[in-house]
Amino acid sequence: MVSQILFIAITLAAVALFSYNLKKVIRNIRLGRAVDRSDQPQKRLMTMLKVAFGQTKMFFRPLPAFLHFIVYAGFVIINLEVLEIMIDGIFGTHRIFGGLGIFYDVLIGSFEFLAIGVWIACVIFLIRRNILKLKRFSGVEMTSWPRSDANYILITEILLMTAFLTMNAADAKLQAIGAGHYTTAGSFPVSQFLQSILPDSESGLIAIERGCWWFHIIGIFAFLNYLPYSKHFHIIFAFPNTYFSNLEPKGEFTNMQSVTNEVKAMLDPSFTPPDAEPGRFGAKDVNDLNWVNLMNAYTCTECGRCTSVCPANITGKLLSPRKIMMDTRDRMEEVGRNLDKAAKNKEEANITGFDDGKSLIDTYITREEIWACTSCNACTQACPINIDPLSIITELRRYAVMEESQSPASISTMLGNIENNGAPWKYSPADRFNWAKES
Amino acid sequence: MSTQLNFEVPTMAEMIAKGEEPEILFWVGCAGSYDERAQKTTRDICKILHHVGLKYAVLGTEESCTGDPAKRAGNEFLFQMQAMTNIEVLNGYNIKKIVTGCPHCFNTIKNEYPGLGGNYEVIHHTQLIQQLIDEGKLKAEGGESFKGKKITYHDPCYLGRGNDVYEAPRKALEALDAQLVEMKRCKTNGLCCGAGGAQMFKEPEKGNKDINIERIEEALETQPQVIAASCPFCMTMLSDGVKMKDQDENVQVLDIAEITARANGL
Repeated sequence: MVSQILFIAITLAAVALFSYNLKKVIRNIRLGRAVDRSDQPQKRLMTMLKVAFGQTKMFFRPLPAFLHFIVYAGFVIINLEVLEIMIDGIFGTHRIFGGLGIFYDVLIGSFEFLAIGVWIACVIFLIRRNILKLKRFSGVEMTSWPRSDANYILITEILLMTAFLTMNAADAKLQAIGAGHYTTAGSFPVSQFLQSILPDSESGLIAIERGCWWFHIIGIFAFLNYLPYSKHFHIIFAFPNTYFSNLEPKGEFTNMQSVTNEVKAMLDPSFTPPDAEPGRFGAKDVNDLNWVNLMNAYTCTECGRCTSVCPANITGKLLSPRKIMMDTRDRMEEVGRNLDKAAKNKEEANITGFDDGKSLIDTYITREEIWACTSCNACTQACPINIDPLSIITELRRYAVMEESQSPASISTMLGNIENNGAPWKYSPADRFNWAKES
Repeated sequence: MSTQLNFEVPTMAEMIAKGEEPEILFWVGCAGSYDERAQKTTRDICKILHHVGLKYAVLGTEESCTGDPAKRAGNEFLFQMQAMTNIEVLNGYNIKKIVTGCPHCFNTIKNEYPGLGGNYEVIHHTQLIQQLIDEGKLKAEGGESFKGKKITYHDPCYLGRGNDVYEAPRKALEALDAQLVEMKRCKTNGLCCGAGGAQMFKEPEKGNKDINIERIEEALETQPQVIAASCPFCMTMLSDGVKMKDQDENVQVLDIAEITARANGL
């Protein structure tokens, strides 16, 4: 009875804490500008099913895709087991679904195979990161926290799977010796090999079985609450992120309506622009980006596929699309903390969270980075969950050029040429058709 | 084979004056108009259009930059000024269909002009060449033989990833009976030549290599006789790369339009 109350209390606390943090994350995402992504719901659903559920873009690199798929399937399917744990925990039952007979045996048996699969995959992932030191997992932005974050996730998964298998092994042994409460149920194709290292005494086995059971479920709750601080958030955000991703051709950049109004007014004096919200051209800080850009930042799992195909990064330039996403998230979370602090100190309602003398451009992302981009879309193509670093880079360039008139000198010259001669080079418009006359 | 044209290139203004309408407008682009190397491609596209008897016209001096480099550089004002001026000209001539000689013009007019009132059917010249081959109007005969020659094709970002056009240029090359060899990074995974995003007009940022060198090394690994391009900016970057590697005597960098024109003895 005590353990049931404890279980319910822990569950409620974990869910409450997660909801509290998730609310903050959603508030941060809502700092972004509006963008309408409610069109073509069917196509969006299909994109989500294919890219997020089906992981189609992962399979461009088959080996990590295969390992990742095991972990993903393990995560989703073994979580069915969590349903049983929840019911058992609340009602003090044991293996409530055990009555399903052969079906239950097959289920538990397959969970065990998945668990060992996840275990092996995570060990391989750790080796790839820490021993083989794959180039994709390094870079200026891969400082000690992002690297530790990845290792914590993998180690936690390994521990969870170990606890799950050990729990089953102890359970099976208890079932065999006919311990009370431990009804005979399930099949244990993998954990049977762990039985020999476990003690034979009933009390020892019960301690191990209960210990692992609690460790498994508390581990899952802890993991849930770790997500808002971690790159691992993608296990949730991958789904909305792909659903709301850009469906237009990658080459197409958005036309800025605010600019259209001004240009129309310039070309046609009789045109009266509709009342539009006054705002900055382009992005100086995270609130100038749209909410999809900001959701992208929370979704990024820092895998580095974008950076590894970026022509600028490959040739040693400072630009790294992964860093663009990580910087955006870091700045957004900083602004979020500013807002929290202001709320706590009951400061004036006009505290925006942006008055800290910092901004996304310059404090986080340098001019050198944004001007190194070739807008080739290799990063957006490579992202397994449709994150778009290019649109953030474009917004930062728009701010630099339109609000500050700051661009590399040769870019300014090119823009001047287009304005004056209708061509990026200094040629006369009168000579434009000369190609047909001579060779 | 002269690069001179032995026919007049009709302009829209002349056509309208005669009370005629073209089937398709050829949008030449700034590089195609002014860059000496790209001008050759422009003339070859005209030769192909003339050869198949397609009724076409160009804007001539009425054409102006689409605004693409301004937009990629972040100057939306200048882009929209250019776009709206161009749309006024195009709509004034009642243009319905456009073929471009450049993937950047193609992308901009096709994707970014509709939102500003410019709605046209837009194709890239490699798509036109593929269509003409499919319709049997264009063959690979009567000119230089590319049979068995090793050709590798470089995907321009704004044609490939930008607009998912991967097959048309390759089909045009397949018609030559050439040996098409792919680079390691091709199609969706193609590596940029280094010119996109307004990089064409500036020096690269500090790094340890130029992007076009990285790309040309990969292209040369396929040991090609011809590197095929379909973008005037890629053309510049790849040609420079081949020269830097001292391979310009052994390897030709040619636009698909040039290859097609040569194969047909145009």
